[in-house]
Parts: sequence; structure tokens; C-alpha cells
Amino acid sequence: MADELITPDELLSKIDHRPSGAGWMDTPVDIRKGMYCYASNPKSVETLGLPNARAWNPLDEDWKLPENWQQIIHEGFKERLEKFRSFKVFMDICVRCGACADKCHFFIGTGDPKNMPVVRAELLRSVYRNDFTTAGKILGKLGGARPMSLDVLKEWWYYMFQCTECRRCSVFCPYGIDTAEITIMARELLNLLGLNIDWIATPVANCYRTGNHLGIQPHAFKDMLDFFVEDIEEVTGVLVNPAYMEKDADILFITPSGDVFADPGTYTCMGYMLLFHYLEEKYGLKVTWSTYASEGGNFGFFTSHETMKRLNSKMYAEARRLGVKWILGGECGHMWRVISQYMDTMNGPADFLEEPVNPITGTKFENAVSTKVVHITEFTADLIRHDKLELDPGRNDNQIITFHDSCNPARGMGLLDEPRYVIQNVANHYYEMPANTIREQTFCCGSGAGLNAGENMELRMAGGFPRANAVRHVHETHGVNMLACVCAIDRAALPASMEYWVPEVDVTGVTELVANALIMPGEKDRKTDLRGEPLPGMEE
Amino acid sequence: MRRAKSLAAKKKEILKSWFKVTVDSYPADTARFLKGQKDPFANPVGDTTYRSLGALLDALENGSAPEVMAKALDPILRIRAVQPMSPSQATRFVFSLKQIIRQHLPDNGRAGAGDFRDMDVKIDEMALAAFDIYVACREKVFELKATESRKQFFGSLKRAGLMVETEADGPGF
Repeated sequence: MADELITPDELLSKIDHRPSGAGWMDTPVDIRKGMYCYASNPKSVETLGLPNARAWNPLDEDWKLPENWQQIIHEGFKERLEKFRSFKVFMDICVRCGACADKCHFFIGTGDPKNMPVVRAELLRSVYRNDFTTAGKILGKLGGARPMSLDVLKEWWYYMFQCTECRRCSVFCPYGIDTAEITIMARELLNLLGLNIDWIATPVANCYRTGNHLGIQPHAFKDMLDFFVEDIEEVTGVLVNPAYMEKDADILFITPSGDVFADPGTYTCMGYMLLFHYLEEKYGLKVTWSTYASEGGNFGFFTSHETMKRLNSKMYAEARRLGVKWILGGECGHMWRVISQYMDTMNGPADFLEEPVNPITGTKFENAVSTKVVHITEFTADLIRHDKLELDPGRNDNQIITFHDSCNPARGMGLLDEPRYVIQNVANHYYEMPANTIREQTFCCGSGAGLNAGENMELRMAGGFPRANAVRHVHETHGVNMLACVCAIDRAALPASMEYWVPEVDVTGVTELVANALIMPGEKDRKTDLRGEPLPGMEE
Repeated sequence: MRRAKSLAAKKKEILKSWFKVTVDSYPADTARFLKGQKDPFANPVGDTTYRSLGALLDALENGSAPEVMAKALDPILRIRAVQPMSPSQATRFVFSLKQIIRQHLPDNGRAGAGDFRDMDVKIDEMALAAFDIYVACREKVFELKATESRKQFFGSLKRAGLMVETEADGPGF
């Protein structure tokens, strides 16, 4: 054993902390543990009927690719350039002005220049120039072109799964290039060779086969909600009675399954149940859950557009089967980008549903006229605006709150004011983070687009730092102790990020805050919030 | 002591050099951004690094207690512990301070050499504290990984109905 150890002198001679100074094209990819997610389980790839299902390890030299993999990539690239005009434009139009370069949380957090959105896109563009443009073919490296090679492919895989498709960079692009769509296309190409990550592939397979990310079967889904019924009764004294697959209910409610199975999303889920019970008792509104459409999230979005379409189709299918008027969506992130920007053209038009109108207030949700899906915070904000909810904001007085705009609802559907309006009506202590870290410029949690695994924790922490830094600022200046958000990935990812960067701050969904303040008909003298923590003034 | 006084006089220059050397451990494009962007929320790594180094020089100048030193070291190491760099890369900035101080405070005689020794001892203590904090951050990262796996594992058992939680009023209580 001792022979294998290197001497201190040898070790010291190897230490060189000066960066090489080489350009990005001449800096070889270094696949580091902690920065990447495990390769997809072959069974999941097989379930989805996607190509090249096999066990492989990103750290191995041999990625077990099909022999003609370069041809597959070239043809896949060509097909997508022809099919998607936007992709072609995004490949051609960038002038490398650098406006996006320092806007990515992964670049800011990791300090790796290949995480500058412009460079990440150049990884793909360089091959595009080489394969599809005359200038690239003639000028080669001088013109920013390079041929596809195994090293380039590994670089694609490593960096395309260090992008959360949050689109903050796109906000700053003078040409409006949607850099997330470049990552989406790159991941599609990688999937042609079976190069997905398991945190995406297995949830997608589960969703396709069983209906939700964790592969929870209908009876187990109902069991979980039954547990919540008991917990809710314990806290409020009210026995709620959620409806499942109820035909001719007014509204079908679909939320990410993370709300049903992972803390602290579970408290948000209890919040939905209390709100629906309140609305039924007071106004006779009938909302139904479905164990078939039991997943709002859609990791198909991170695989390929065909996979996204397949998973998404069950929402409309279930709404049609049950004969509801429209769909109400829960607090999810990318679900809303899929709904707002893709669903209508993929699986629509949903002309068998009604244009959404709140039957209690008469408000017509103009923005959802086409998709027929309304966001829970739009719905709740409307109820509060029309004074339809009896609220006691003092019950949230122990929470000093700030709001993290979840990337996709903020930038993908423009949901900016409704959550703030709701929070400020159900709680008394609210503070904004600095302007360049919220609303359209919000920083990602660092774990979206399927990167919320455990093995890439270093990447998640580094990517989550810009957001956590802003949270720390409001914690230090205003004593903020609660970070509210409207996304299940946020609720799963931000607690770890907070624990590392700002341990004094906890994470909540907005509807959890609503339910704590909501005065239920027939409720007992409530002593605790939904987490079992004493309400203000009830501490022993 | 005299050395500490001259450190105070040259602190601005020393901090500038130390910051430059520290951020030059990143690739050139990144270093340019870390130095150039002054908004603390657009450039939290640059801002935190600068503030941490400033607080460390204050602590050195004032001969502050180890806790003060540790508090100043935490933010910069918390960042470097999750960035793609080796442990030696992450902590090297502490050692570079010796050289930088010598560049800015020329040695004028025998008495001065003794003062450098005192300063070196302090910087060595800073380095030891840096190792402690770096390792604590790495341990935290692995704790987070372990906790998430644990939750996933027991969550699966629970969902599969293979685990029943003990009731407080059940048999045996």
C-alpha cells in the first residue's frame, strides 16, 4: 500500500492553481463527481421505448454508444433544424454580445465559463456551423466551428445537464433567444443515443406507466390524502372530504405529486384540501382530484417534445372523461411552462372544456381562455379580491416571509403579482428580495429541469447560491425566516439550499399560508399551524 | 505590533492584491466578471469573496479572537467548498497572503523580521481554521446527500405499506 502513496514532494509538484488560459474550445471536459447526475436506468429507457437502453457510467471511457452515433446526431440535428424554425434561428442569430453570459446562476455559482449561456449554446453551435454552414465548413475553428467527436459529446452531456432551463438568460438577450430551448434540443439529441439522467428517465417512465413521478398507484395516492384528512382534523377539528374522479364535478384539480409525497409540499397539499372544503361548504363548489391525472409535473419536457406530449395528454383526457368545466392547477414550476406555451398546440384545442370562469365571483380568466387551466394562486387571489374568504392573517404572524418567484410561473406564464397579493392578504410580515433577483429576473433554485438529485449536491448548492444570497440579505435586514414559493421542485430543493446557506430560513408553499389563515366553518379553537407548530400566542 | 500598524496603513492595497490573486484562481473569463461586476446580488461570489478577505485583514490587524477569524472565513469557504476545485485550490488563498504582505510591507531590518514571524503565525492559524471550515462544509454537503437518500428510502418503505409508525398510545405505551 505504502508504495502506492505519492510523496509530499511529488504531490506539491503537481499543484498548479493557475488556470491554463486556453479558450473554451481547447479546454477539455472534466467530468467531476458532485456536478453530474447518475445515468438513466436502462429499464426506464426501455419502458419509454427510447433508444439505446443499457447500463453506462459517465466516468467510464466507453459510453456504449451505437456504432453510427455521429450519423444519428447529425441526422437528428438536421431533422430538428428543419422542423423547428426557432431552433434554426437561435443557431444562426447569436452575435455573441455576452449579455447573457453573467446571468446564469450556474455560471455565477460554479465559476465555470462553460456555464455561461452563450458558451453552453456554443457547444452546440460549433457543431452546427461545422455540419450545416458553408462558412463553418471553410473556416473551421477560425469561424467557430468544430467537428463532432466523443469529447464534444461528453461535453454536451455534462453541460446540458448543468442547465435548469430557467430562462433567466433569455430575459437579457437582445435577440430574444430562448436558451432553454437550445438545452431542450440538445437533450433531445442526447436522448437519441440513450444519454439521459436517471432523475429524469425514471420519473418519466413512472409517469407514463403509473401516472406520477414516484410510480404511486391509485390506492396509495388515496391513502396519502386520507392521512392528510386525519392530520387536518387534528389541527382544525374539521373533517374534509376530498372527491376522487367525481364525474361532473365543476373543476378537476391537478398538482405535482411532490405535494402529496414530500415535505414541506405535503402541507401545501393539506392547504388545497382545506381550501376546496371551504369552497364546497360555503359556495357549493365541487372540485375533484384524480388518481389518473395525478401528476402536474412533466419531466417529458426534459426528455423530448414527443415524451412531453405523451405525458401531458392525460390532463385533457381526464378532464374530458370526467366532464368537468375546466382545470385548476396546483403550485408547480415547469408544469406551467408546458401548459402556457406548449399544451394548447400539442394536445389542444381543449374545446370540449368551458372558458374558465370562477363560479363564485364571476371572474373570467382571460389568460386561460385557450388552455382552460387556471393557476391556484390566480384563483385564490380572485376569491380574496372579492372578499370570498374569511381570513385571520395574524395566524401567520410567526412567519416573516419573502417570496421566491419560481422560474417557470414567473418567466413562462407571467405569474408575478398574484402570489404576492395572496401572501400579503394572509400574512402581515412580508419583504421583497432585491429587485434584480425577483419577478422576471428571479434566480433559479438551482435544481430545476430534472437536476434535483442527491448525487449532484455540489452543483445544486453552487447553482442555488445567487438565490440563497438574496434570501440571506432579507434575513439579515428584516429577519425573514420563511421563503414562500409556488413550485414543488422549489419546495423539495430549497430546504437543502437554505440548510447550507441560510439555515435560519424555512420553505413553504403559498397555499399552506392561505390554509393557516383560512377560518374554516365549524373549526375548533386552532392552537397549531398545519406543521403542528404553535400559532402566535399559543406557545406554552 | 508595528507590523500590524503598517498593515492598517496599507490595508487597501493589500486587500486589492489579495482579492486579485484569489479570483485569478478562476478561469480568465470568470475572474474578469468577479472583479468587474460590483452589484452584490448579480455577483455574489465576487462580493462575498471581497468582503470575507476584508474581514480577515481586519481580524489580522486587530489580533481578533479565533471565532472572529472563523466567522470571516466561513462565507468564502462555503462557496469554494461546492465549486469545482480541489481542497488545496479552495484554501490556497490564505497562504498567498504571506507573499502579498511581504510585497506591500518591505522588510526594513531585524525588528521587522520578527514582526513577519508573528504575522506568519497568525496566517498559519487562519489556514488551520480554513481547513476546519472547508471540511465542515464538505461534511454538510454529504449530510444533505445522506439525508435526502434516507428520506427517499424510508419514504418508499412507508408508501409501499412496509412500515407502520408506532402509535404513542399503542401497545407497550
